[in-house]
Amino acid sequence: MKNFKKILGVGILAVASLIVIAADHIDAPVVQGGTSDITDFYAFQGENTNNLVFVANLQGLLSPTATASAAFDEDVMIEFNIDNTGDNIEDLVIQAVPRNGKMYIIGPVAPSQTGINSTITAETSKDVLGVKITSYGMDAMVETKNGISAFAGPRDDPFFMDFAQYSAIIGGTATSFNNPGSDTFAGTNVMSVVVEVPKAMIGGSGTINTWVESKRKQ
Amino acid sequence: MKTIKIILGLTLIAGLLFNCSADDTPKGEGIYNNPNLSGIYVQEDQMGRPAVNTVFVSSDSKDMFNVTVPSDQNAAFQSMFQANLEALSPAYANNGDTNALGLDAATFTSVLATDVLNVSLDGTTTFYDGTNVLTGRALADDVITVELLLIFGGEDFTENPGLSNDNVDANDKPFLTSFPYLASPW
Repeated sequence: MKNFKKILGVGILAVASLIVIAADHIDAPVVQGGTSDITDFYAFQGENTNNLVFVANLQGLLSPTATASAAFDEDVMIEFNIDNTGDNIEDLVIQAVPRNGKMYIIGPVAPSQTGINSTITAETSKDVLGVKITSYGMDAMVETKNGISAFAGPRDDPFFMDFAQYSAIIGGTATSFNNPGSDTFAGTNVMSVVVEVPKAMIGGSGTINTWVESKRKQ
Repeated sequence: MKTIKIILGLTLIAGLLFNCSADDTPKGEGIYNNPNLSGIYVQEDQMGRPAVNTVFVSSDSKDMFNVTVPSDQNAAFQSMFQANLEALSPAYANNGDTNALGLDAATFTSVLATDVLNVSLDGTTTFYDGTNVLTGRALADDVITVELLLIFGGEDFTENPGLSNDNVDANDKPFLTSFPYLASPW
């Protein structure tokens, strides 16, 4: 089984280098296959229903072997953006920056500026939650502070899709999906950042608009 | 304004470097070796809903889409989204044709072009569960089949059955009920 997974992983990487991948895996030339490539974004109610969970996944299609040596890029900030006034402009951000084996989580806090450029928004280090980045093969390390929980490290890619068959359809070599389909992302990992925050910190009730960004230090 | 930003920036740097109080200072950290995370970080990638850039943005615009703020995306990209949707699923080009949400090509793509995830703070969070529509995105949501149905499935999800479901309905590992929810890596 393990060998099969390895072979599968290599095959997938070969395919991935040729084609564009969903959900957002390898979506555009600048970020494709790099450390700032966001593969997926999730936002859902936590086990504690007073909380909301944000998940950002990066660096998709990691085989188990590649996962062991994968790392977050210390120059790349992962920023969750939250609009709770309905104008699709962020009112709050949660920033995650890796350094020396830890992921530093800042926020939710109003950004010092909105848009393409970001600076660190913590006013004091009391606002910063540092969680050790979980190494491959180790149990998940979780840090909780002020009601906010954080995790950073490799995880199974939660995305599933028969992307190979979708590509064949789009490429004109197939006319329909197969049944059963084949999960192109089976057996592959991503680098994940998971942050759970009290809903009261991001608006309390109603609907938010949210998205995730990767930003590189200049 | 620029000066204010610079002053603010310096304050923030000082905060991160020096304001670590004793009781929340982890071992091995402190006023001398707390990391300096300051700097200007410039956007490279962004994502709201699944697969939007991949499916609806033309190849030569994918990088631009990733660095266009959501509040500007509709004006910049809606017409491209509509053209690509009608190319992918030609029925949309017919006047009055809609998907199961009752959205025609123009309306559907005006929703999609602003690539943010709408999330309810009041209960069920799902991309689509048969009842709730776009109230979040849970790990187990079969978002690709939902999107295929909305693109190819027509008014009642019955059109183009061979294109409306990839027949991969679940993840390859079970999710956790507790934080961090995602399964351990392979």
